[in-house]
Amino acid sequence: MKLLRYLLLGIFFGIILTKGQIVSWYRIYEMFRFDSFHMYGVIGSAVVLGMIFIQLSKMKGWKALNGQPFQLISYPKGWKRYLIGGTIFGLGWAMTGACPGPLFILVGNGYGMVLIAIGAALIGTFVYGLVGRKLPH
Amino acid sequence: MWEYITQPWPWYVAGPLIALIMALLLLSGRRFGVSSNFTTICTIAGAGKASDYFNIDWKANKWNLVFILGTIIGGFIAHYAMMPDPSVKLAAGTVEALKEMNFESPGADFEPARIFTMKAFSDWRAMLILIVGGFLVGFGARYADGCTSGHAISGLCNLQFPSLITVVGFFIGGLTMVWIILPALFNN
Repeated sequence: MKLLRYLLLGIFFGIILTKGQIVSWYRIYEMFRFDSFHMYGVIGSAVVLGMIFIQLSKMKGWKALNGQPFQLISYPKGWKRYLIGGTIFGLGWAMTGACPGPLFILVGNGYGMVLIAIGAALIGTFVYGLVGRKLPH
Repeated sequence: MWEYITQPWPWYVAGPLIALIMALLLLSGRRFGVSSNFTTICTIAGAGKASDYFNIDWKANKWNLVFILGTIIGGFIAHYAMMPDPSVKLAAGTVEALKEMNFESPGADFEPARIFTMKAFSDWRAMLILIVGGFLVGFGARYADGCTSGHAISGLCNLQFPSLITVVGFFIGGLTMVWIILPALFNN
């Protein structure tokens, strides 16, 4: 039953990204053209509020509901994998007009064609698993 | 109220709600990150036989697969019950640029028909976009160890410098695609 919580959060997230038009190919294209503030407003406000929440949680010692500390993300130092991997991801993001979340959400939106992109993303993941170790990190 | 909900949500509604999702996942003892689901699906499909990279305990990520299932349902609800007008009000410059690339009535519908409908099957450029674009998203997310949710949201929120580098990469790639590669692809 605990999993139901994540189903509901997922439904909520799918609605937000659809209603905010973040899953639209057009919005991503527009963002990389710097023609509209919309996407910058979305990501910027999410980051600023999220940052405030996390800093507050650190000051106040907030814990997760199970009593454990928050699972905050912490990335190892370095730059190669982040810059190269990020650039490769950015090329794909601007092509499909969708990052991983929106790819799934678009299936629900009725665009069956994105299943091709999801299949290709799984192959991309698999290929990284095969050759990733040989790449500069 | 319903009248407002069914309109497109402005950034100052959508952005804060995304922060809320991140906060609720942290409170649930989880971490917001979508692309790791690709790894989980590869593992379930048996990719562990080909590479140790996929030898993970996928059951620990079950919650995230359920989350993804939820996003598909959410997309369905939002699209078919909360969106009487599927048009996207694009900036004039964007509409012009898309018309130059022979996109029909940009923004009239939620997604460009030439890429996201069956029409794509008869246009090699559309298939290229879906296949190569999808591949780069999957490969790049693993190479950078995170996607938009992991780096741009979770990472930046926790003041991670590597996430800032990754987001710079997102823009190097995105700008190259939108200003150089897409025009070269569609302007012939």
